[in-house]
Amino acid sequence: MNHHLAWATVATTSQKRLWLRLLEGAYDGAYRLLRPFRRRLKPGGAMEAIFIHGEQVSKGALFGCQMCGQCVLHQTGMTCPMNCPKQLRNGPCGGVRPDGHCEVIPDMPCVWVKAWERAQAMPVHGQSILAILPPVNHQLEGTSAWINEFSGAAHQTPPGWG
Amino acid sequence: MRSGSRLERVLRSGRFAVTAELNPPDSADPLAVYDRALVLASVCDAINTTDASGANVHISSVAMCALLTRAGYEPVMQVSCRDRNRIAIQGDLVGAAALGVRNVLCLTGDGVQNGDQPEAKPVFDLDSITLLHTARTLRDQGRFLSGRKLDSPPPLFLGAAENPFAPPHDFRPLRLGKKVAAGAEFIQTQYCFDVPRLRQFMARVGDLGLHERAFILIGVGPLRSARAAGWMQNHVPGVFIPDEVVRRLAGVPADKQRLEGKRICVEIIQEIQTIPGVSGVHVMAYRQEELVAEIIEEAGLLPRRPRPEAVL
Repeated sequence: MNHHLAWATVATTSQKRLWLRLLEGAYDGAYRLLRPFRRRLKPGGAMEAIFIHGEQVSKGALFGCQMCGQCVLHQTGMTCPMNCPKQLRNGPCGGVRPDGHCEVIPDMPCVWVKAWERAQAMPVHGQSILAILPPVNHQLEGTSAWINEFSGAAHQTPPGWG
Repeated sequence: MRSGSRLERVLRSGRFAVTAELNPPDSADPLAVYDRALVLASVCDAINTTDASGANVHISSVAMCALLTRAGYEPVMQVSCRDRNRIAIQGDLVGAAALGVRNVLCLTGDGVQNGDQPEAKPVFDLDSITLLHTARTLRDQGRFLSGRKLDSPPPLFLGAAENPFAPPHDFRPLRLGKKVAAGAEFIQTQYCFDVPRLRQFMARVGDLGLHERAFILIGVGPLRSARAAGWMQNHVPGVFIPDEVVRRLAGVPADKQRLEGKRICVEIIQEIQTIPGVSGVHVMAYRQEELVAEIIEEAGLLPRRPRPEAVL
């Protein structure tokens, strides 16, 4: 998280844009790479253990991933909303400070201020920050978001959600 | 009109609406609630009951609503996602409707770290937007999130909050749009002390046509003194007070500052009334309820008592 903040202050706007395109490209690339194998990506077993480890390491380093098991990074400006102290998935709360920092943790820039800024630099998925995301399914905590993506578990909403 | 809410009826009739916040007492004596409601009821169309605002515990929102509906008042029940999960909240929404509550304000809620018990567990199972969607599902689909049918759905008029004054400013109108899409029919904003910023926000809201899909009430309130204003600037998340407002208060003698604070509030209300798309004001006078009636009267918003038959 910290190297990320330091980087955010030194990088130029064009460097940031390039970085976001890379992140967005990495997401789309991983999706295309894994999709053909989707029938073999089943929850449970050794395969999921490998994915869990991989996600912890990669998304942990890049986004401070909390392993919610239903990754929405591309819809939240490639910024993990689970790092928001209120874990908000649908935008910033009303408590954001004048300097753009968090209401709850004054030293931390608001996750959603960053998400909004970044979403505007994302050509493919930037607009989806305006979509309404359903509540988190806490049953998926600690499981692999990629496997849940292809099994459909990540997209399952509560039965009455509509 | 699906709710039977008197507030909804006032808003749909095109009248400039007034709501006011009731500060919850720390008391198990119902008179503590009724004494405060009495001051507000004759000057406003509905009374907001806060849900442990600032993450400080007080008598609960649903209990205050039960007392108010019992006496014939029109409450707006504030529901925060901080302290209860989706199971508790759905139960409260249906239960409140059974008690006669017709208005609900769906809030995310302040972080527990800002309150007087920062060691408490923050819940945030839902957020304001998923809460709105859930409440609308209960009302319109007549079912819980589990899909289970309700025998009688809760007829609720659904509201949400917005803070036009907090960053990221250009996202705020779009976020309001998300809330409207999720089911918000009325909006009550955070305190407005910066009218030019509000104008910018409302212009964008107008471009998006959101004022035609939801009634927008602007939050206002009196500042007690320059010192209190300075303290709020630094300690109350989400409240933005421009320095010139604090300077104006500081410019009058200490014993006149309360009056000046009231005067500023009245002026802001009068300015707000001229902004296109604004449907009313929401008065929040923390520990100064006795000023609410004077503010509403001096702003030229009386008489208030609606004649229910006339607009039915």
